[in-house]
Amino acid sequence: MALSKAAKKSNTSKDELLGYYREMLQIRRFEEKAGQLYGMGLIGGFCHLYIGQEAVVVGLEATAKEGDQRITSYRDHGHMLACGMDPKGVMAELTGRSDGYSKGKGGSMHMFSAEKKFYGGHGIVGAQVPLGAGLAFANKYRGNDNVSFAYFGDGSANQGQVYETFNMASLWALPVIFVIENNQYAMGTAMKRSTSSPDIYTRGQAFGIPGEAVDGMDVLAVKAAGDKAVAHCRSGKGPYILEMKTYRYRGHSMSDPAKYRTREEVQKVREEKDPIDHVRDLLLQGKHATEEDLKAIDKEIKSIVNESAKFAQESPEPDLSELWTDIYA
Amino acid sequence: MATNILMPALSPTMEEGTLAKWLVKEGDTVSSGDILAEIETDKATMEFEAVDDGLITKILIAEGTEGVKVNTPIAVLLEEGEDTTVEAPVAQPAAKEVAAPAFIAAITTTEVRPAMEEVPAGTKMKTLTVREALREAMSEEMRLDDNVYLMGEEVAEYQGAYKISQGMLDEFGPRRVIDTPITEHGFTGIAVGAAFAGLRPIVEFMTFNFAMQAIDHIINSAAKTLYMSGGQMGCPIVFRGANGAAARVGAQHSQDYAAWYAQIPGLKVVQPYSAADAKGLLKSAIRDPNPVLVLENEILYGRSFEVPDLPDFTVPLGRARIWREGSDVTIVSFGIGMQYALEAADELAKEGISAEVIDLRTIRPIDYETILTSVRKTNRCVTVEEGFPVCSIGNHLSAKIMTEAFDYLDAPVINCAGKDVPMPYAANLEKLALITTKEVIEAVKSVTYR
Ligand SMILES: Cc1ncc(C[n+]2csc(CCOP(=O)(O)OP(=O)(O)O)c2C)c(N)n1
Ligand SMILES: [Mg+2]
Repeated sequence: MALSKAAKKSNTSKDELLGYYREMLQIRRFEEKAGQLYGMGLIGGFCHLYIGQEAVVVGLEATAKEGDQRITSYRDHGHMLACGMDPKGVMAELTGRSDGYSKGKGGSMHMFSAEKKFYGGHGIVGAQVPLGAGLAFANKYRGNDNVSFAYFGDGSANQGQVYETFNMASLWALPVIFVIENNQYAMGTAMKRSTSSPDIYTRGQAFGIPGEAVDGMDVLAVKAAGDKAVAHCRSGKGPYILEMKTYRYRGHSMSDPAKYRTREEVQKVREEKDPIDHVRDLLLQGKHATEEDLKAIDKEIKSIVNESAKFAQESPEPDLSELWTDIYA
Repeated sequence: MATNILMPALSPTMEEGTLAKWLVKEGDTVSSGDILAEIETDKATMEFEAVDDGLITKILIAEGTEGVKVNTPIAVLLEEGEDTTVEAPVAQPAAKEVAAPAFIAAITTTEVRPAMEEVPAGTKMKTLTVREALREAMSEEMRLDDNVYLMGEEVAEYQGAYKISQGMLDEFGPRRVIDTPITEHGFTGIAVGAAFAGLRPIVEFMTFNFAMQAIDHIINSAAKTLYMSGGQMGCPIVFRGANGAAARVGAQHSQDYAAWYAQIPGLKVVQPYSAADAKGLLKSAIRDPNPVLVLENEILYGRSFEVPDLPDFTVPLGRARIWREGSDVTIVSFGIGMQYALEAADELAKEGISAEVIDLRTIRPIDYETILTSVRKTNRCVTVEEGFPVCSIGNHLSAKIMTEAFDYLDAPVINCAGKDVPMPYAANLEKLALITTKEVIEAVKSVTYR
């Protein structure tokens, strides 16, 4: 993965770049705050942060249109923010409060938004892949041109149900984009210890599904590849695979001591490939923004995130009667 | 602005930890993501990163300190002018008192009401096999609602492995009657996803033995999403197919899953015996906004029953049916178990024992009231089912009866079930493994002290 960093000349407009910057930064700040609240004991259980991977979801959301669906694993905060869900509702779910997206009953791993067509938030590795193809099935059944984005990890890519789904998605030409977020680790297992071939995107070949590897640390590369995949799916040509080569900076979850990689490895990616710094450099070098402009954005985002944290602490715990609701519709 | 850096909780169970090592010192400038310290939790040694940029002005807890409680200030950070951090944690609202005893509340879900007949007196009847009844149910519902579709192995061109869907491809076409590859895990996940998006799939499992490959999606994806989403996203889907022992097909193809699925909140489970119930329950299942399992039986598929000749006949979920009234003992069964229950009741009548026979029909939610009312009248109960005996439906009913009608019982409840063995192939052994009418008769005699 050769990242061209800011050196690459970009035709992307100033507004677009600023939008990516803002959205990626919001995810990062939100996740840092979530980590902090976890440390304070306000968030419990499993909490998987998305820091480092922001360009993937921000770049792909820029290719989606009204009615498109998205679904992912437990590492879902970034996806929710990027599709327009309210940071307050997400943070309040993290703290297990009544104003959370699931009224506090789902937690970090299980949130949904019917309105934003965000279908979760799934804790079983790989389960979201056929579910995502099912969303695409519904689009095809209804004869609309919407597509579904099914995100999953490099570790999940070894689940049998993924290949069952590839087969049916190709057979039935389902408009689903399989987004493999290859952050190179599944918990403590480096990809080379679990995965027989280094390029997961080629695994679609056996099913006739086109795929490509994408620099997932470069939001512009993600957007470009996403546009191609979306066009393919929307035009009825069936599924598409995008393998996003990315990296997670934090542990697998909050309680991961991360002894399976060196501090230097993480530091190197941070310094050389950070997706936010990349756009920041493009903005400054292209004279689209000044340091001052960016500081103002930083400040604005910090205040949004702080507000969400405040909201999430002030929201009451769910009423005890909620234990018995939402079991049956 | 100066803020305290607090001792973090670095695992779900951590309450205190050792501040093993500081990687910064007073006077250092740190930025977000820098490692501040190493902290030993109850599980491992973890690195603790800075969230905000700023200057470390003071270290409050020396390295090597053990037993530092979570949220104790460990250092002071001076940030550059910006309002950033959440200061002290806002006190968590104290948890209110625990709700009513969960056990009672959890299982008393059906309201009290008489087990009434669904069909008005004088209704014209027609004779249908269970197979035809199931087909009519699906076809009628598919005519009414374009969102309903059928998918499964061999359901379309082959006309159904058990010919349940015969003719449906012709009527509804390949968009709505869909042959799948033999990939239960995958196609069940796809169907559940389609249901999240608002379609109403009917998933046919060739038999429920193969649904074990798909049970993760049935339970984790279909049953739990409504709850996990705080009521936002439901899963209107039907999983149906042959369940239980067929004949001479050996251990992997002969198992009753009633008790498995009955345990799961979020699922509804029906197991019809008659053709009328098969039709009426399947139609209700298709209309229900929740995931419903319809556990059919291969041996019953070809059996004929009287079915109301009505344009839209449904049977409500969650209601048992009293097949035969009696006064000496209550026999509770469901599915093919009803065959043994009814045969036993006939035999017992000849000996002057009057058995009340209740068909549960729905295994979840169970119509407890009909059972309890009957047991309070007869004071004796025998349960009959084909499944394994450990943690069976009968075990559960016994507990319920003991809890709610103990004083009415004149004898212990007896559970007749399949034997605690994998299903053998040999004809004589298979017979021995299954429940028999004779065993039901003996159980009734035992509880009536005859
Ligand atoms: C079926 C299943 N097996 C194991 C787990 C435990 N588990 C949770 S996440 C995870 C690693 C997944 O890695 P990857 O797919 O690469 O996603 P990432 O966490 O890197 O985003 C494991 C083993 C699980 N949740 N589900
Ligand atoms: Mg991974």
